[in-house]
Amino acid sequence: MRTVEGKVVVLGSQGVGKTSMIVRYVGKMFNHHINPTIGASFFTCKVNLEEARVKLQVWDTAGQERFRSMAPMYYRSANAALLVFDLTQYNTFTAIKTWVNELRRNIEGPMVLVLVGNKSDLENQRKVDPEEGRKYAVNIGATYYETSALQNEGIEQVFLAIAIGLAKLSSGSRDLMTSLRVYDSVSSGLSSPDMPLSPSSEESTTDKSIAFAIQERPPACC
Amino acid sequence: MLWNVNRKRKFINSGKTKVFSCSAMATKETVSVGDGIAEPGIEPGASAETMLVTTDSFEEYEQEMSSSIDDKHMKESTTSTISEIQEEVQDIPVTPTPTSPVDLKKVASPDDPELEDISYQFGQTSLDVDPLRSKAWLAQKKHVFVLSQAGKPIYSRHSSEDKLVTVMGVMQALVSFVQDGNDMIRSVHAGDTNFVFVVKGPLILVSVSKTLESVPQLVLQLTYVYNQILSVLTQSQLTRVYDQRRNFDLRRLLTGSERLIDHLLNFMDREPAFFLGAVKCLPLLPSMRDSITQTIVQTCGKIKNLVFAILLANNQLVTLVRMKKYFIHPADLHLIQNLVDSSESFKSAESWTPICLPKFDSNGFMHGHVSYLAEDCQACLLLLTVDRDVFFTLSDAKQKIVEKLRRTNCLEAINESMNKTSVTTGEIGLPEMRHVLYKCRSTAQFWSPGFQSPYTTDEEVERLLGLYQCLHHRLHAPSRPLKLIFQQLDKETMLAWVTSGFELYVTFEPLVTKPDAINSVSKLLKWIKKEEERLFILNSPTF
Repeated sequence: MRTVEGKVVVLGSQGVGKTSMIVRYVGKMFNHHINPTIGASFFTCKVNLEEARVKLQVWDTAGQERFRSMAPMYYRSANAALLVFDLTQYNTFTAIKTWVNELRRNIEGPMVLVLVGNKSDLENQRKVDPEEGRKYAVNIGATYYETSALQNEGIEQVFLAIAIGLAKLSSGSRDLMTSLRVYDSVSSGLSSPDMPLSPSSEESTTDKSIAFAIQERPPACC
Repeated sequence: MLWNVNRKRKFINSGKTKVFSCSAMATKETVSVGDGIAEPGIEPGASAETMLVTTDSFEEYEQEMSSSIDDKHMKESTTSTISEIQEEVQDIPVTPTPTSPVDLKKVASPDDPELEDISYQFGQTSLDVDPLRSKAWLAQKKHVFVLSQAGKPIYSRHSSEDKLVTVMGVMQALVSFVQDGNDMIRSVHAGDTNFVFVVKGPLILVSVSKTLESVPQLVLQLTYVYNQILSVLTQSQLTRVYDQRRNFDLRRLLTGSERLIDHLLNFMDREPAFFLGAVKCLPLLPSMRDSITQTIVQTCGKIKNLVFAILLANNQLVTLVRMKKYFIHPADLHLIQNLVDSSESFKSAESWTPICLPKFDSNGFMHGHVSYLAEDCQACLLLLTVDRDVFFTLSDAKQKIVEKLRRTNCLEAINESMNKTSVTTGEIGLPEMRHVLYKCRSTAQFWSPGFQSPYTTDEEVERLLGLYQCLHHRLHAPSRPLKLIFQQLDKETMLAWVTSGFELYVTFEPLVTKPDAINSVSKLLKWIKKEEERLFILNSPTF
């Protein structure tokens, strides 16, 4: 069993729900009164796939204009970018294009891109057509998802997609990858029998294996 | 032209109050006043070592608060504290300031997609009614407005600022009219309302207050608001955006930070720390505090460029470790406390937060690793550095610190102190004393007991703080500073006393006699002296 460790940066305009998505995924809850992020927050989480264990180091960045100049600090040497916009505000969708251009200019290695339209619960206020989102995603080589952090829809799939993408990246061209850390897990013999056959997030398997309990710290964020 | 009418406080002339005072001009040592209060032999909490920048008097504090960030000073000083530290550590390349010219172009471009975003947001939150016709708005006790020198609204405390374009226009007109005569408008007084103006760099700050706070105290609060804005943007960025475009809309850069100003203003209404210019410590056994401090020193001692490590619990200081040569100003620490207190999100994850400490270096950002110690210990640890690339080093250090603190039962000790209700003066054995503020001047730390009846509601607490502020103003009045005040009011008797070592503000039962009051003050001082190692931080640890 391989372990892949990758850096994920979450980008997007202010108020689109970047922090809400992560808090939903990592903390399994939704907070209606979340403060705007100042600078950036750091989370770690793990996703277990059939062929690899993926550790994600997630940088949740602030969307405010004043932090714009600090973004390079967070996306530098990232292996994946989670580009989030608000389905109900078209300008947050156009802002994604600036982010993509900026990433293209500044990042050399291959990168997993996932485009996410959040707030799908506000269907009646939708301003971004799903087809348009999908087309643009294909255009930039990203996968497209629509989510609702509020109603917990589609969030798991997003992180799963990142994990699968990183696993593929690591198996594809090992020599190209400089920043993605891949190593064979020492505990592979012990833990593999307990591994679920279908991909699932780590949380669901923690109590099945003693090896897990001993070796893995819980995500630092919760 | 100077519009400054000295407002007569009602109680000064009222027959009910008796004021015993002794001017600062009297001989310094063993001053004997009225019924024989003498300069005490003890100075509880005093220490030759301090990690906080201290000032001798309020005037100095107030002046100094604003002086170091004046434009004049900016031009004079060519070095910044942050670059100084960065240069000292040679093997680390000096990182460019976060706002490079490229980003500035971004800031200035009017067709930014985020522009609409912001106008949308403000349109959403604005009230439908004109605030000037709203009784509730007009009845607010204290308004605070921030606008640009061009008259553009930036912030209003009690309603959406874009509804107040005309009012802010009037404020701007007043300021520029007086400026035309090469003068500066400071305050206008109408009935029980004070209008206080502060012009700083490209910004105008105005306070409209019906409270009993004095003009210098309101000026201080506006200076704090200005510093809060600097803390978010830095002085250099603020100056630069206005140099490029005089009618720049600063709200674009401040979105998400209004809540910091809101919180700061509410914080100042209920916290004596601000007008005292002092910081309160979490009471802890000295051995425990030492152990916590040593853990931090040992774990972080080798980390280059780490300037401050600050541990806060319940908004009180647990410990503060600093880089040799550098001190922290209480005003900067207050901004940090405001940030931590107003940001719930720090509880859910480790953050890597840029923060400018205006007194430390108003032109650059420090980077703060901010996190709570543990789920079961809600104390917030801030590791402030000038190096933006050391997040993971600090993150590891934090883990190690928590593990060690857990092993040595320090987390438990912090929890215990956090959960314990503060001791009241009644429990100390001073029945006629209701409440007290004690500030040790040499360390810029203060102590106060828990509130007891009748100060159990928010209103009563605010009223009491108002009384303290009046006393504070009269001790520090620039024209005629006092050393000692004994004042019998309707609902309580107040005593205020300033010596070379401390400032003391005491609330007594209304009918207390003077000898009893003096007697219990000396008892109190003895008690604080006995407890000083627990209540104050008497050393100043460094990395």
